[in-house]
Amino acid sequence: MIDILIKNLPIIVVLCPLMTSLLVVLIPNIFFSWVLTTLSTFLTFLFSILLYQEIQIHSHISYALGKWMPPIGIEYIIDKVAIIPVIIISGISFIATIFAYKIMPEEIEKKSISKVYSLWLLAIAGLLGLVTTGDAFNLFVFLEISSLASVALVAMGAHKDRQALVAAYNYLIIGAVGATLYVIGVGLLYGITGTLNMADLTNRISDLNNNRALIAGFGFMIIGIMVKAAVFPLHIWLPRAYAYAPSAVSVLLAATATKASLYILARILFSIFENSENLINNTLLFVILPLSLLAMFAGTIMAIYEKDIKRLLAHSSVAQIGYITLAFAIGTKASMAAGFIHMFNHAIIKGGLFIAITSIGFYIKKRVTINNLSGLGREMPITFFCFVICSLSLAGLPLTAGFISKLYLIKASISSDDIWIAILILISSALSVVYLWKIIEVMWMHDGRKIAIKENPTIYVSLIIITFLNIYFGLDASLVVNGSFDAADKLIGDLK
Amino acid sequence: MITIENFILITILSPLIVCVLTPFISKNIILRDCLGPIGGVISSWGAFNIISSALNNQNTTLEIVKITEGVSIGFEITPLGAIFGLVASFLWIFAAIYSVGDMRGNKEKNQTRFYSFYAMAVHAALCIAYSGDLLTLFIFYEVLTFSTYPLVAHKQNEKAQKAGRLYLSILVGSSVILLLPGIIWVWVATGSLEISQNGVLDGKIDEAYAPLLLVMFVFGIGKAALIPIHTWLPAAMVAPTPVSALLHAVAVVKAGVFTMLIVLTNVFGIDFLAKTGASEWLIWLASFTLLATSIIAIYKDDIKARLAYSTISQLSYITLGGALATSMATQGAALHIITHATGKITLFFVAGALYVGSKITKVSELNGYGKGNPLIFLAFFIGSLSIIGIPPMAGSWSKFFLMLGAAESGYVVVIGVFCISTMLNAFYLLEIPARAFFLKNEREINFKIPKLILIPTLITSFITILLFFFIEPFQNLTFMIVSKI
Repeated sequence: MIDILIKNLPIIVVLCPLMTSLLVVLIPNIFFSWVLTTLSTFLTFLFSILLYQEIQIHSHISYALGKWMPPIGIEYIIDKVAIIPVIIISGISFIATIFAYKIMPEEIEKKSISKVYSLWLLAIAGLLGLVTTGDAFNLFVFLEISSLASVALVAMGAHKDRQALVAAYNYLIIGAVGATLYVIGVGLLYGITGTLNMADLTNRISDLNNNRALIAGFGFMIIGIMVKAAVFPLHIWLPRAYAYAPSAVSVLLAATATKASLYILARILFSIFENSENLINNTLLFVILPLSLLAMFAGTIMAIYEKDIKRLLAHSSVAQIGYITLAFAIGTKASMAAGFIHMFNHAIIKGGLFIAITSIGFYIKKRVTINNLSGLGREMPITFFCFVICSLSLAGLPLTAGFISKLYLIKASISSDDIWIAILILISSALSVVYLWKIIEVMWMHDGRKIAIKENPTIYVSLIIITFLNIYFGLDASLVVNGSFDAADKLIGDLK
Repeated sequence: MITIENFILITILSPLIVCVLTPFISKNIILRDCLGPIGGVISSWGAFNIISSALNNQNTTLEIVKITEGVSIGFEITPLGAIFGLVASFLWIFAAIYSVGDMRGNKEKNQTRFYSFYAMAVHAALCIAYSGDLLTLFIFYEVLTFSTYPLVAHKQNEKAQKAGRLYLSILVGSSVILLLPGIIWVWVATGSLEISQNGVLDGKIDEAYAPLLLVMFVFGIGKAALIPIHTWLPAAMVAPTPVSALLHAVAVVKAGVFTMLIVLTNVFGIDFLAKTGASEWLIWLASFTLLATSIIAIYKDDIKARLAYSTISQLSYITLGGALATSMATQGAALHIITHATGKITLFFVAGALYVGSKITKVSELNGYGKGNPLIFLAFFIGSLSIIGIPPMAGSWSKFFLMLGAAESGYVVVIGVFCISTMLNAFYLLEIPARAFFLKNEREINFKIPKLILIPTLITSFITILLFFFIEPFQNLTFMIVSKI
């Protein structure tokens, strides 16, 4: 019994949220639809933990959909690399679902709540499918599932603020362009190789060095995924989408959506095209590296001048994505590991910050801008305390998860003789203290109107969980560090 | 039989327990006020035992948590740490008694908060003293800054808040922007954050980069108050006197120079510094700070401001001793941590006593006050002699070793710097008892000092004399700092 379960796990983690999303629509009751969603995300999380344990033994689990053997049929693969985004997505979506319970009914029409949960699960299923599939075209399908579901979720914010519609429309159009570029790239590759299976593609590409169609296909795929991953300057859909989406949706998207695409980016660069070394090295050096450095500074500076806090956090996400792509761009084993470490840590950091800020929005019943925050730190000590810890983590101070990311990022850049990159990383993280301190100072030191606020346990429980994770992984990083180094090993192999 | 590991825990945890308990017993004022001195006695009992184990050359480490490869949080006994730990915990006893007198005498508000954060600051200082690696050191360095912020801004008026903000921004800013990257650099270069008796960097870092790394450390350790990052210390003098006495003459600033000495001797290693000459610029910077702030002190009429500049000058002695990178100078620097602490805490106690007794804050108002209470000025006189370095006061030992070290290093100019500075010290410190005893005041002198203030002051001044005769164990310890394994 358990054997069969384990064999089928790669598809079960995708099917579990996908199937419940169809069920949830049928339940009109707010509470029960939430319970079902929580149950489903919890099960998914449990399955991904099982997968993690299984991966430690077998290091590779493959599932052939419909018993059509790859490379003909569609294959689902989980290896030591894919398990990282799977854990991130399933874990964060579970926490975000707990958080959604009280927040959702506040911001969305009562009658559409079960539909929102259905979309919510659909988005999660799409993201999980994205990272588990081993088929380049199937990946496009999941990309669209997750994108369309998230667009609809962002648009749900219109009940509170009509701006959400514009944000959703932007997201839809830009996302669709990205997906189209990706699928054109896949088409070109299919044209010259005759296969869609990723592992098979890798083998066949190795004979095709310097084929123009290959280079064009690669270009289309990379650009398409970079749009989805919000790599600077293709990030313009992101700040609006995060800022105007319903609170719980911002949390879910901020912590998971771009991570999945970043993982795909790494997979394309280092796995599918691993044999076209010249092409990859040039892309890393002349495209990804400069864009990442720009992102680090542009995102941070935009955040410093931003007044709307959700947008501020979104800009900071752009900068943080810059750190991750920077780690990819350095392209050594140590830097890839640093990238995965930061991918995980940034998910728990940004998740925590968004939960803290959106729950403040829930209490004060208006948009959270810097001026609305005065003195609130003393009114809601728990939320404020957690916000401060997550901020310290984002700035990369010791005892928090963020410190571990910075430590390995800097080590990777110094050990590949790029000391100037290490210096730029330090400058950019020092700048990030500026916008975080701005918020903390206003919340703690300024005197505001006295509003009696009673913090609600159902809201802060998820905040406390995620803050605890930030501290735990700052104190005992072995799990994340070892997992990331295993992943980097698998991805880069003996290449370098 | 209590093991040395447990003594470390006893020493560092008793102030923490005081910090946590204080808010819960704030109703019972007697009990609350006794808590600090009791904690100090228990803590220094532990510190004495740690000293004796350090003298027996026992190597004790206590790892709390291992974060990742080469990065952990833990405690370790080093000779220098044992000295600093004893100084901080032992003087806390008297400072705690004194602060009760001061708080009551000035009828300050928020006393419970004050005592609680005061104990927290001592806890952080002790954790710094016994920290086993650079990360632990850094973490408690920051804890110390944040726990003293409410003490600096205690009066909550605009001036105090402005000083508090300057305090936080300089100390946190410099440590996060320079000290932390410096520590990370050490980790990248050596693969661990451990410190070792002879330094860890030799052969691990390009010698051309060594001065740059030292720059990051020196300006990252804002608490050592070298020019131009010294401005927070005079500003912090708005705090109540017990804070200036224990924290800004002993715990906080000594944590700064302690970190500096750890970096110079245990991270770089004095042989490595001497070989590469990486610290030569630091000798000149410290000498400049030493003289410039002594001269500024002469022109300060406010007693606490004068003492603050004197402190900056004396801290530079310690940094200078480390930078000279000879074994004598390093010993002198380590001894100066004890001798300056006992002397300067006495001086600050007197400054606070004068304020409680008759609201005097200026040197020029002191004329003739010696008749009002000769004992308190006698204490000031003894403390001053110790800081100037005249036998039979403790301060003469550390100056003696520093001079020898300067001669050994070959920087003859530095001997001159020490001599000039000694004269300047005598000039600005002895003016105070001189005015009190020899000048006349037309006004009637009404001068009452509470016993809780007078007694600790007399005891610490007595300790400065006592230390002169019982310096041997400390000198043995400082010798262990520089001796090779």
